[in-house]
Amino acid sequence: MRTPLLDVTDLTMQFGGLTAVDGVSFTAHQGEITAIIGPNGAGKTTLFNCLTGFYKPTQGTLLLHTADKSIRLDTLPRSHIAAKAKIARTFQNIRLFTGMTVLENLLVAQHNALMRASGFCIAGLLGLPRYRKAEQHALEKARYWLHKIDLTDKADWEAGNLPYGDQRRLEIARAMCMEPVLLCLDEPAAGLNPKESADLNTLLQDICNTEKTSLLLIEHDMSVVMNISHHIIVLEYGRRIADGTPQEIKNNADVIRAYLGEESA
Amino acid sequence: MDYFFQQLINGITLGAIYGLIALGYTMVYGIVGMINFAHGEIYMIAAFIGFLAFLLLASLGVTSVIVTLILVLVISMVFTSVYGFAVERVAYRPLRNAPKLAPLISAIGMSIFLQNYVQLTQGARVKSLPPVFTQNFHLTDSLTISTVQLLILGSTALLLLGFSYLINKTPLGRAQRACEQDRKMAALVGVDVDKTISLTFVLGAALAAVAGVMVILYYGVLDFYMGFLAGMKAFVAAVLGGIGSLSGAMLGGLLIGLIESFWAAYMGGDYKNVAVFAVLMLVLVVRPNGLLGRKQVEKV
Repeated sequence: MRTPLLDVTDLTMQFGGLTAVDGVSFTAHQGEITAIIGPNGAGKTTLFNCLTGFYKPTQGTLLLHTADKSIRLDTLPRSHIAAKAKIARTFQNIRLFTGMTVLENLLVAQHNALMRASGFCIAGLLGLPRYRKAEQHALEKARYWLHKIDLTDKADWEAGNLPYGDQRRLEIARAMCMEPVLLCLDEPAAGLNPKESADLNTLLQDICNTEKTSLLLIEHDMSVVMNISHHIIVLEYGRRIADGTPQEIKNNADVIRAYLGEESA
Repeated sequence: MDYFFQQLINGITLGAIYGLIALGYTMVYGIVGMINFAHGEIYMIAAFIGFLAFLLLASLGVTSVIVTLILVLVISMVFTSVYGFAVERVAYRPLRNAPKLAPLISAIGMSIFLQNYVQLTQGARVKSLPPVFTQNFHLTDSLTISTVQLLILGSTALLLLGFSYLINKTPLGRAQRACEQDRKMAALVGVDVDKTISLTFVLGAALAAVAGVMVILYYGVLDFYMGFLAGMKAFVAAVLGGIGSLSGAMLGGLLIGLIESFWAAYMGGDYKNVAVFAVLMLVLVVRPNGLLGRKQVEKV
């Protein structure tokens, strides 16, 4: 039985006269990897920006179902999306805190819990046991993720000096340190070589299966999309043109036309 | 030779005060990318609050010097922090997403407002505080260091240690550095950006409060206009050291203090401010990012 996690209903986003997303509806389910694909300019990133509070949608609702309640994302202020709705995201152009170390990037993501434990720094400055314990816990979680993304040796590097592929993985790990229920990845495989891309597949599947975090994935790399996603949504010019399993999408005439153009006679 | 060392002690003391104020400039610049021109006035207000606290405690009959000093410091830090918080809340936060010139002008307005506010409520005349610490320690026959100088050096060192710990090791410091680098991203990982910025202003004001109290102990005089030049020099110190860099601000402060006292000692007091600003210009020609400032490397 699939339980819905995110319900997008009739989502529309207009910038002046340009309609970037036009009445898109879909459902992402718990414990699944949902991929959103489509040609450039189809409105995929705009959809993500609505979801993570960067934009306020012109129309439509975004509903996140958690264990005890449903949260309207389209009316929630941006700073609450991370804390209350537990949605984390990564960016097409990586946005790490480049001047901070790898380890610190993972600790910042646990800021809220640590800040509470440190009693707004007073307990932290005095080194009270309650804060020590919270800090220890945060460090353990950071180390756990460093191990998973294979960056344990580079924990003290400045994040900006990491090779590109490492930065991509670090961004994912940082998002996971927030313990999200839904992780939104914007083109995580962009610029990766085939081996790195295969490693990424393993990491994403592990996040979905072991960490029980559902994924929403924008991706152009079909080897990633077709291999790991349970469910694919295809957008073109802001509209949803197909929705189904990878097998269904592969054989969908509209999708083939959108990607390859009309078959000429 | 004693004369030289005497000037060295005086210069470092003065530099420590500039450094404490400069930290406030550099932190705020780091996190919101604006020059808080009202920071000099925050320091002036701290001196006034400290002065009033001294008078209050004296009239209440507190005679222990140590108790008085600690109470004055605490009172001044608390009230000055409130001013720092309020200035940010009223003058800068509403302009958070405005073009960069808007908060700058707002800061200059705030500076003028605070000067006039103190002038109106406290009067324009120079006030003086009777010396609290009178003891001098003789290192050699003609080389002395006063209790106040020791106090300034000690408290600055202590604050610097505490401060670098706060910035480098605590969640608040990490959040500050994260906001400094990418405010939107920081909000996305759950950092409350507004609160972090407020706390930055509060911390800067608290440091300025220590500087303000120390200055009235050192010189014994204060007036509503004292924040302007001190704030300007501290700003120069922050730029000289590399704005945005905490150790740079302290280094810049010490340099400015040393230049000022050596120039006054060997060349006369008339052109000491000229010397300070000339050094700033020279350094910026050679190192546009300041002494410890990071070069902006653009990745292609």
